[in-house]
Amino acid sequence: MQEIIQYLFSGITTGSIYAVIAVGLSMLYSSTELINFSHGEFVMLGAMGILTLWVNAALPLPLAFLLTVVAVSCVGMIFERLAIKTVKKPQPITLVIITVGASIFLRGVAMIIWGKDPFSVPSFSSYESIEIAGAALVPQSLFIVFAAFILAGAIHLFFKQTLTGKAMVACAVNKKAAWLSGIPSESMGVLAFIISTGTGAAAGIFIAPITMGSYDMGTMLGLKGFCAAMIGGLGSLWGAFAGGILLGVLESLGAGLISSGLKDAIAFILLLLILYICPGGLFSAKVAKRF
Amino acid sequence: MAEPKKILIEHSIFLAVVTLCGFLIENTYYLQILTFIGINTILALGLNMLMGYAGQVSLGHAAFYGIGAYTTAILSTTFGLSPWIALLCAVGLALLIAFVVGLPTLKLSGYYLGMGTLGFGMIVNIIFREWSSLTGGSSGFVGIPMLQIGSIFFEAGRSYFFLVWAAVFIAVVLCRRILSSRMGRALRSIHDGESASMAVGVNTHFLKLQIFMFSAALGAVAGFLYAHFVMFISPESFGFMVSVKMVTMVVIGGMASVWGAILGASLLTLLPEVLHSFQEYEMIIFGLILMLVMIFMPQGLTRGLLDIYEHSYKKAGVKKF
Repeated sequence: MQEIIQYLFSGITTGSIYAVIAVGLSMLYSSTELINFSHGEFVMLGAMGILTLWVNAALPLPLAFLLTVVAVSCVGMIFERLAIKTVKKPQPITLVIITVGASIFLRGVAMIIWGKDPFSVPSFSSYESIEIAGAALVPQSLFIVFAAFILAGAIHLFFKQTLTGKAMVACAVNKKAAWLSGIPSESMGVLAFIISTGTGAAAGIFIAPITMGSYDMGTMLGLKGFCAAMIGGLGSLWGAFAGGILLGVLESLGAGLISSGLKDAIAFILLLLILYICPGGLFSAKVAKRF
Repeated sequence: MAEPKKILIEHSIFLAVVTLCGFLIENTYYLQILTFIGINTILALGLNMLMGYAGQVSLGHAAFYGIGAYTTAILSTTFGLSPWIALLCAVGLALLIAFVVGLPTLKLSGYYLGMGTLGFGMIVNIIFREWSSLTGGSSGFVGIPMLQIGSIFFEAGRSYFFLVWAAVFIAVVLCRRILSSRMGRALRSIHDGESASMAVGVNTHFLKLQIFMFSAALGAVAGFLYAHFVMFISPESFGFMVSVKMVTMVVIGGMASVWGAILGASLLTLLPEVLHSFQEYEMIIFGLILMLVMIFMPQGLTRGLLDIYEHSYKKAGVKKF
């Protein structure tokens, strides 16, 4: 019992990070119909940024956090302007290969800047761990889960309450109609990229103290983010969030109770099950069009 | 398809070039690279049938490549069977798995199909890594025997080069035969509009399944050739990045073109060799090339270069008058 609670705690912590990654991917997909295979690399850049600014340059944590997110979003914006916007006839397969190319490129850049050796980032808070029913809960986990909720809530409010957010939703629903009613759909696409890569960077910052980081940590995280987004339903914000938490918990339980080698397989088995049984995702209200 | 005479000429040129390369090139390093190009061409040909003609994306095709390689490795090394029997088993297993997996997966389309095949590829790769009593785990599988017919040993070098390119030739002929048959026409109709071809009576799901199984079988053959060539396999050789590389070969070479597959396979095999001299910058340059080709020539290099050629030809023609 005690063990299971422990697995649940760690599952919810990693799950909330997957959730943030999935929210970024899902949001980008719903406003631009693009699946960004380099999303994991932006997560990696976030982890690298906090390493450089907080650990190495000794900036205060909030400032380092902010600077990292801004810097990574800028990279995301440049990527959109240079590589996505310039495509003449955007077709899914072309865009997939461009984003895969970008992920290889970013990994190469990170390898040169930060080297090949894995690194670790100290935990954000130095408080003692709390004991609940015999299982240890690190305050940092609370902080991460809390921050993930705030982030998703902020994006939710942005879409529901602000004019820009509503304009982005309009673009997602029907680009041409939105354009006809005076919404600059192109700059909405850029904005979607900025927010998506920014949340990716935040996820990278959260995960840095939990696992060892390295230049190639992004690929797996990005793929798991997809799985989470698919489980929850592509294009739905809270669905992707719940998918992330569910994935984290199942992964942690599976690794603890069955076998740690299976840990990575769980995400993909879930993905296949979801695709076969209800391709629209668990929490999506809409019936999925399978294209 | 094109008239038989043209195909005959193309095939004879192909055979002549292969024979010339095989006998004139003495350097074993070059022969080795050409062998790798051949293996990758078989992979690209199979995926090209699925992507270029049937219009179905697979992001997990390296799984079949791995299934071919691991089946032959396990059967011929651990169980001491003849590699040729192992080849039959490898192809059979790949067909069976493609059937079981393809049945539900090919009902999806677009990004969903891509994600489904990606998930399948990842799971197979994790099995290679974790089932270490059978596959040797992440440290790899050593001691795969050499291929042999009678008293001829296929060593890495000239004889293996000819073996692989003979397989490529058979694959090319097979693909072209399929494409010029009724099935090929039905396939192209799926690419252009699935509902339309369903309406005229094409059993699209079954057809997609057949072509998925065909490309899986080609993947397994490539895996077989790879395993007995390198004699050491490890899960990394069949991971997600390899699947992506296969898709890239098809797209960069130019989809829906048999010769495009050879071009794509050659480029993606040669590129890392050339980029070795850049050492640390290898990944950056590789990523950049991928992006640039897709941005400026989304139809692939074959089509893109032809367009540039035709364009400049037209311009030159205008100047004359």
